[in-house]
Amino acid sequence: MKYLHLIWASLFRRKTRTILTLVSIVAAFLLFGLLDAVRTSFAEAGQSANGAQRLQTGSRLSFIQTLPQSLGARIQQVPGVKTVTYANWFGGAYQDPHNQVFSFAVAPNYLDVYPEMSVSEGERKAFAAARTGVLVGEGLAKRFGWKVGDRIPMQSTIFPDKSGSKNWVFDVSGIIHTTDTKSAGWFDQMMLLHWAYFDDTTPYNRGQAGWYVTQVADVNQADRVAKAIDALSANSDHETRTQTEQAATASWMKQFANVGLIVTSVMGAVFFTLMLLSGNTMMQAVRERTNELAVLKTIGFSGTSLMAMVLAESVMLLVLGGVIGILLAEPLIPLISKALRGMIAPSPVSLASWAEGIGLMLAIAALVGALPAWRAMRLNIVDALARR
Amino acid sequence: MTQLIQIRDVSKIYERGRQKVEVLHHIDLDVAQGQFLALMGPSGSGKTTLLNLIGGLDSPTGGSITVGGQRIDNLGAGALAKWRASQVGFVFQFYNLMPMLSAQRNVELPLLLTKLSGAERKKRAAIALALVGLADRASHKPTELSGGQQQRVSIARAIVSDPTLLVCDEPTGDLDRQSAEDVLALLRALNRDHGKTILMVTHDPKAAEYANQTLHLDKGTLVEQAAA
Repeated sequence: MKYLHLIWASLFRRKTRTILTLVSIVAAFLLFGLLDAVRTSFAEAGQSANGAQRLQTGSRLSFIQTLPQSLGARIQQVPGVKTVTYANWFGGAYQDPHNQVFSFAVAPNYLDVYPEMSVSEGERKAFAAARTGVLVGEGLAKRFGWKVGDRIPMQSTIFPDKSGSKNWVFDVSGIIHTTDTKSAGWFDQMMLLHWAYFDDTTPYNRGQAGWYVTQVADVNQADRVAKAIDALSANSDHETRTQTEQAATASWMKQFANVGLIVTSVMGAVFFTLMLLSGNTMMQAVRERTNELAVLKTIGFSGTSLMAMVLAESVMLLVLGGVIGILLAEPLIPLISKALRGMIAPSPVSLASWAEGIGLMLAIAALVGALPAWRAMRLNIVDALARR
Repeated sequence: MTQLIQIRDVSKIYERGRQKVEVLHHIDLDVAQGQFLALMGPSGSGKTTLLNLIGGLDSPTGGSITVGGQRIDNLGAGALAKWRASQVGFVFQFYNLMPMLSAQRNVELPLLLTKLSGAERKKRAAIALALVGLADRASHKPTELSGGQQQRVSIARAIVSDPTLLVCDEPTGDLDRQSAEDVLALLRALNRDHGKTILMVTHDPKAAEYANQTLHLDKGTLVEQAAA
């Protein structure tokens, strides 16, 4: 601690250079904080407690392959299954193809297996009674200014009606409120329409379900139930793959985009550049101070002390910039959520992310500080004072 | 008088690539405690090398060096650093102060190696600065001080840990005449009033007059010994 002022003063000996390096470090760790929050929210999608009780059954070949509707009744017979429902991807867009809406054609009992989605009793009844009715997430309704009773035109990016038009019309029957904060972003932007209306209207579906969702009676039996469900279609033309909702969501996300890999690649490039930049700063800083380090050694500072001081300087630089960067990420995370129109709700920087961030700061500091620290330790006083 | 420094048959050879340069040839020298010794000689005569050996900054190629009863020529780097911290104060031609630290903080530097508390370090640094006449400049950075004042701060830094020996390499080489005389008077006072043994390398005969003995080195050999 008694060397702290000396280390601090050495760090800011060239204020402009140190501040510019600090800004780069802040920017790198700000990016780390934001991207890690996005990665975490993708990784956490479908990780709710209720999600653990649900199994998703889809085609073994691809998530765009559909399954026969008759499979539902057979799944219901599997011991340990509590409820079975099904859904199809609708692929709706509102007004503009860029305004994509997470829209699904669902079975009448779909809400029964999703207690995270709360709809008032009256609106639920209204939805059941209206063939063209839809339930919309609270955030989605706010986004487009929809209210109950509105008639909304939608365009499906995939499914046409019998006349070949992809324009569909729906009536807003109710609003979905979410009860689970982790998955709030997902349900908040969802639109549910009747599978029966969808199946009757498009000639493309013909009694097929996109996937089945099974609620199991006992979470501990989920693995056995999943195997039993897949056994129903073994060696058929519609072999299935059943997994927990958490695993299915993660797998789906990976098919959509491997967010973890993208984040890791971007951060790898950023930190590599940061290492070169801060490494250069540290090397220059120590080279410029050769004479001063020689004086410290003359006074009686040991080589090891000088090495520790240079390393501490490097750690101070990285930790100062890194902590400011991650702290700045916190208030910016809600802005990302807004920019992504609530499709994902990145969580605040978690303790694990902080630990990972601090680990990175220390590792980069050790890497960039090692060479100048070693040089400081090995410094020959006589040569340095004679500027040889 | 007690001998503080005993140098016996000391040689120093530098290797520069394939070339071997013998800078000091079989030097024998005794320096008594409380002496103010000036080392003179032309450039390349080995003055600074001899000073560096006595100050424990370098090791001889041959011979022995004893300072205050301690053989220092065979000490390792760590032990030598500890020895320097407690026994020797250094004054350089170009002051060599830390530009980012105040005068007070510069003077405190050697005390960081002791177990003294922050308050005690501050107090001792203030006393050292008062002793060199710069109590009112404690908060100034080196760039805010004149050359003479910077050299006095460097002397305060050299004496703050109360070493037995002060090693000064051209302490007035970068100063105007008036500042040089102030610094030399200060060194003489430290020698006379505080009993510090001082070894000073200088090119300036006027500076050497402040010492009570002058030694001349030429081509690595002591050629003359003149008492003041």
